[in-house]
Amino acid sequence: METHISIRNLNAHYQDQQALKNISLDIPKNQITVIIGPSGCGKTTLLKSMNRFLDLVSGTQISGDVLIDDESIYAPSVDVTEVRKKVGLLLQRPFPLPMSIYDNVAYGLRIHSMHTRGHSLDTAVQHYLEMAGLWDEVKDRLHAPAARLSVGQQQRLCLARGLAVEPEILLGDEPTSALDPLSALNIEKRLMALKEQYTIVLVTHILRQAKRLADYAVFMYLGEMVEHGPAQQVLENPQQERTRAYLEGEF
Amino acid sequence: MKRRFSRRYLEEKFFQALMGLSLLLVTGSLAGILLTVVIKGAPALTLDMITKTPQGGYYLGKEGGILNAIVGSLYLAGGGTILALIVSIPTVLGLNVYARGTRWADLVRLSLDLMWGTPSIVYGAFGFTLMLALGLKASLLAGIIVLGLLELPIMARAVDELIRMIPEELEESSFALGANRFETALFVILRQILPGLATAILLAFGRGIGDAASVLFTAGYTDRIPDSLMAPAASLPLAVFFQLNTPFPEVQQRAYAAALILTVIVLLTSLGSRWLAGRLGRYTIR
Ligand SMILES: Nc1ncnc2c1ncn2[C@@H]1O[C@H](COP(=O)(O)OP(=O)(O)OP(=O)(O)O)[C@@H](O)[C@H]1O
Ligand SMILES: [Mg+2]
Repeated sequence: METHISIRNLNAHYQDQQALKNISLDIPKNQITVIIGPSGCGKTTLLKSMNRFLDLVSGTQISGDVLIDDESIYAPSVDVTEVRKKVGLLLQRPFPLPMSIYDNVAYGLRIHSMHTRGHSLDTAVQHYLEMAGLWDEVKDRLHAPAARLSVGQQQRLCLARGLAVEPEILLGDEPTSALDPLSALNIEKRLMALKEQYTIVLVTHILRQAKRLADYAVFMYLGEMVEHGPAQQVLENPQQERTRAYLEGEF
Repeated sequence: MKRRFSRRYLEEKFFQALMGLSLLLVTGSLAGILLTVVIKGAPALTLDMITKTPQGGYYLGKEGGILNAIVGSLYLAGGGTILALIVSIPTVLGLNVYARGTRWADLVRLSLDLMWGTPSIVYGAFGFTLMLALGLKASLLAGIIVLGLLELPIMARAVDELIRMIPEELEESSFALGANRFETALFVILRQILPGLATAILLAFGRGIGDAASVLFTAGYTDRIPDSLMAPAASLPLAVFFQLNTPFPEVQQRAYAAALILTVIVLLTSLGSRWLAGRLGRYTIR
């Protein structure tokens, strides 16, 4: 098992409250890692430490380190936009950009001047919409406003737009929780297919979803990482009492 | 079941009546103003009025029209609006993207609010002082600068409120793709507020074109259409003011015609911006 993201002694504080307590964790490459735990335990915070999104919240303090491909993403010389290009993020609720479907996918390609590298923009847009499983539904109205899509379609559009900047890692913060069951399954199917090429880290509250998707699992509680390991082990046969209690619905 | 006279029923009826009354007040006042302007102005509103500059007869003209004031007003308010836009967009994007939550941002907002409340005659006096200091004569340029200042707080605060309504996740979506703050401001935030911006521009333009006191000393008044930024410029509000002040009924009637033209211009920009906001609003994320 090859490590893609390595979290080392990570502590995170919001103004007065410690949200992450000395987390050390290796996230395997080309697998789906699922983070579970009760509300407020720091899942989102942990996820956002991996694409430098904690920088956006004023008053946060971070110590420790996060390495991607053995390089610190918090080193002073690192360009934040490069980190975020490499690490895509799906939010809980999809937020398309205020433009057409086509432009949503092309946005990242344009700001990173990626389409000038010989590829035509049209081909790239089609390619990523296909990867996200949205092409057939939108190919006749590429220039319609993205806001007109259904929520499920919007989330797939957000996936396509994230894939377009050619990340290596995809983060998802409960990416299906705002969707209807069928759309949620659709997203799950995409993620399963994508793990061949991407390292995926998902936060979820749905245990059955965790079991369906996870190769590797992390259980958090009150800012601490209680248990981590192969999904089979953590989700079916936890070693820690608190993990077992959570899985049995005691929290 | 004494529902008909219950307290809640009466409350409901009371507020319904209040709503009806306020509707009547607003539409009634508007109708009153429009009627006055139309009834008194329409007889004098000939084709000459909008195609010719003043000619012949009394001071301010008995024949010809007020094309000088129409064009002057469009130049002045148009220029002022563009100026206000050029200054307010970067200011407001800065306030919300780079200086969010800082004391500096609070101070700028407070200044804008105070500017909003300052009477326009004070802008005029300030502009006049500035002109004296710079050795500038009453001119289109001076008028545009003062109207730009007058419109700035309206435009800036309107755009500020628009940006503050944008959900945080929308910016985050852009950051998550590796966009920097500048790209996010320019391509996402600006795109999102575009329909509201059309309305803000109208508000500012409306205040600019309707204001007499600020252009009185700064743009001056002339019978000619300004041919350079340094030439003085006439304006519709001043055309109304000066013409109403004459003792001649014929000239006074032309004042109402000028007011009618001003009203129509504001109405047209209003309708235009609504149409534009509707079209641009198709892409807005709610
Ligand atoms: N912007 C913030 N400012 C202050 N405290 C915060 C902020 N964001 C999160 N916290 C606190 O940090 C802790 C961890 O929050 P986090 O959002 O990471 O939890 P979570 O596990 O994602 O919860 P949920 O399952 O409800 O999404 C919580 O106690 C929360 O109150
Ligand atoms: Mg969360």
